[in-house]
Amino acid sequence: MIEIEHLTRRYGDRTVVRDVSLTVGRGQIAALVGTSGSGKTTLLRMINRLVQPTAGRVLIDGTDTATVPAHLLRRRIGYAIQGHGLFPHRTVAQNIATVPRLLGWDAARIRARVDELLDLFQLPPVEFRDRLPHQLSGGQQQRVGVSRALAARPDLLLMDEPFGALDPVIRASAQADLRRIQRELGTTLVIVTHDIDEAMALGDRIGVMDQGLLLQYAPPRAILTDPATPFVARLIGTDQRPFHLLSLSRVADLATPGTADGPPVAPDASLRDALALCLWSGRGALPVQGGGVVTLEALRRAARPGGAGADP
Amino acid sequence: MAAAAPARARVTLSRPGVLFAAIGLAGLALPLVQFRANRIVAGEGASLPGALGGWGWIAAAALAAALLVGVPARTPARLRLALALGGVLVTVAALGASAGALTPPGDRIARVSPSAGFWLLGLAFALAVADALARIGLAFRQRWALLAGAVAVVALVLGSGLLDDVSVMREYQARRDVFAREAGRHLLLAFGSLGAALAVGLPLGIAIHQVPRLRAGVLGGLNIVQTIPSLALFGIMIPLFGWVAATVPGAAAAGVAGIGAFPALVALFLYSLLPVVSNMVVGLSAVPHGARDAAVGLGMTRAQVLAQVMIPLTLPVVLAAVRIVLVQNIGLAVIAGLIGGGGFGSFVFQGLNQTAMDLVLLGTLPTIALALVSGIALDLLVAQLDGRRGRGT
Ligand SMILES: Nc1ncnc2c1ncn2[C@@H]1O[C@H](COP(=O)(O)OP(=O)(O)OP(=O)(O)O)[C@@H](O)[C@H]1O
Ligand SMILES: [Mg+2]
Repeated sequence: MIEIEHLTRRYGDRTVVRDVSLTVGRGQIAALVGTSGSGKTTLLRMINRLVQPTAGRVLIDGTDTATVPAHLLRRRIGYAIQGHGLFPHRTVAQNIATVPRLLGWDAARIRARVDELLDLFQLPPVEFRDRLPHQLSGGQQQRVGVSRALAARPDLLLMDEPFGALDPVIRASAQADLRRIQRELGTTLVIVTHDIDEAMALGDRIGVMDQGLLLQYAPPRAILTDPATPFVARLIGTDQRPFHLLSLSRVADLATPGTADGPPVAPDASLRDALALCLWSGRGALPVQGGGVVTLEALRRAARPGGAGADP
Repeated sequence: MAAAAPARARVTLSRPGVLFAAIGLAGLALPLVQFRANRIVAGEGASLPGALGGWGWIAAAALAAALLVGVPARTPARLRLALALGGVLVTVAALGASAGALTPPGDRIARVSPSAGFWLLGLAFALAVADALARIGLAFRQRWALLAGAVAVVALVLGSGLLDDVSVMREYQARRDVFAREAGRHLLLAFGSLGAALAVGLPLGIAIHQVPRLRAGVLGGLNIVQTIPSLALFGIMIPLFGWVAATVPGAAAAGVAGIGAFPALVALFLYSLLPVVSNMVVGLSAVPHGARDAAVGLGMTRAQVLAQVMIPLTLPVVLAAVRIVLVQNIGLAVIAGLIGGGGFGSFVFQGLNQTAMDLVLLGTLPTIALALVSGIALDLLVAQLDGRRGRGT
């Protein structure tokens, strides 16, 4: 668990992070969004003390981070830096092995872990293990950067726009992988992103920043239906709100008894997918695999604030 | 395509080829060697045919042909290389043979030395070799093999006795033991000062990178040292170290002296510091910010960041400094001969005193060869390192 209390950072007389407080529960994901220069990276880097707070403090599992030697603190916190930051003179495998080596793992264990991560991020180890960073594409470099952050199975993970250079297909699968790993290991994750879809897909809570202030820190549904300021509404994009809202619930949550014609939809598909299928096939209702139906009428209600799924 | 070409098809010329041919042909027209009845008297020149008769004509014709084949632009690079290497060998062999032919049997006083013709021919073919190599673009392994091969061939030619009648080799034979000693001394001066400069300069570079306040002062000071002419530096050091050796107990026993190898070593060391320190600082500040940031962010200590990320990434720049310093010091070490510091410079200054050019050559030729080989070897190392890491990552 991370508790951020009244964090402030000033450079000269400019305050780039202003009195920010937020809590990320164990195993939860917090997604930070905001315009460029709003202070997201600075806030993230105060958590692992790469930036020294001007005021305020950070507690990790109840311990004030200022009381721990910085390098020991950082070895426990995975960090995927904005723009990958790979070591140009080290191979992919050596880059990923950085923290395990600092922690003194034995060679066999490191090697197994490196291969496991490369497999996970669809970089076949035989092909990629011994390459140097300049021999990779931008997207491959980013995935190696994320693997490096995950290598020592940290309890806490900080990621700064980790998937910015990935194409939509690989990005979606990388997000799914990250989500799975995070759930499996119970990792607490703070992720900075420019991509609202990514924030919606990953975040248990979304933090919206502007000019150093944390304007709102709330679950995605609340950010959509109850934006704290006009800026928050504008950042999320009013035209996309219904679709974001639908993407937050699954078909199973909305299924009612009954029957319908045509190919069925999976129960764990998102409502957004179900709506798309309705519109595309011109049907008013879809059968759900394993029984029940989801109707266009129900989807329409769910796409409005206060609609179905509003209460967990 | 030849059928379609006009009858007087224009042959495209290779500009370097024309230049090399012009230099080489001028060399053929000038005397190849100079004969003197003894070491001091003025000599008379002898051309290739003049020295060797019929064989001389054949050799001259072969050399001219080799030069002219390089003139058309379409001559393949590998043929150029073969001809140029052959040209070098024939020129050197001609020198040795001419010296043998011109020296009366049993005469140990007569001197046959290389003259303008030899130097121009050598220059033309050496340039042609370099040009052909640049065109071929060999892989690193082949370049290393070529360098080793060249050194081996030179050793073989010198060892074979082919050049034994040439004046420089005569001087060498008279000084075999001294030569070995001075060669060792020269290497010690050049490499010793380099080692000391690295031992002091690299940590100093790291220190002023960590503490930027020191940067202007240290680099400024070293810059001033760099501008002091070597003779002036000796002028300061000779009395200074002389005084230290005479007054500080134990200093003289530790090797401190006003003249000899010690002040020479110190001078070379001082001249080496600036390139080493400034390259280290430049190398450290050129480390990609993201790499450094990630190193800290992943939990490396300050020392680990330096040892595992910063310093390895400065290696190419440091090697470049080593190259500059080594080549510079091999040349500068000649100055040591002036103050009794030994090295090849002692032949140079002895030769200058006695107006014996052959003796001067005995000092300069090995110095040039040493600088050339070190320079090429380090260039290869730097290029190899750059290639392996990819430029600009
Ligand atoms: N070391 C520094 N010195 C001075 N100002 C800084 C420093 N680091 C960041 N800033 C300023 O702080 C502000 C916030 O920077 P930060 O990197 O946190 O923004 P960000 O939200 O991560 O932006 P982006 O989305 O573009 O990455 C910016 O205006 C930046 O110019
Ligand atoms: Mg940022």
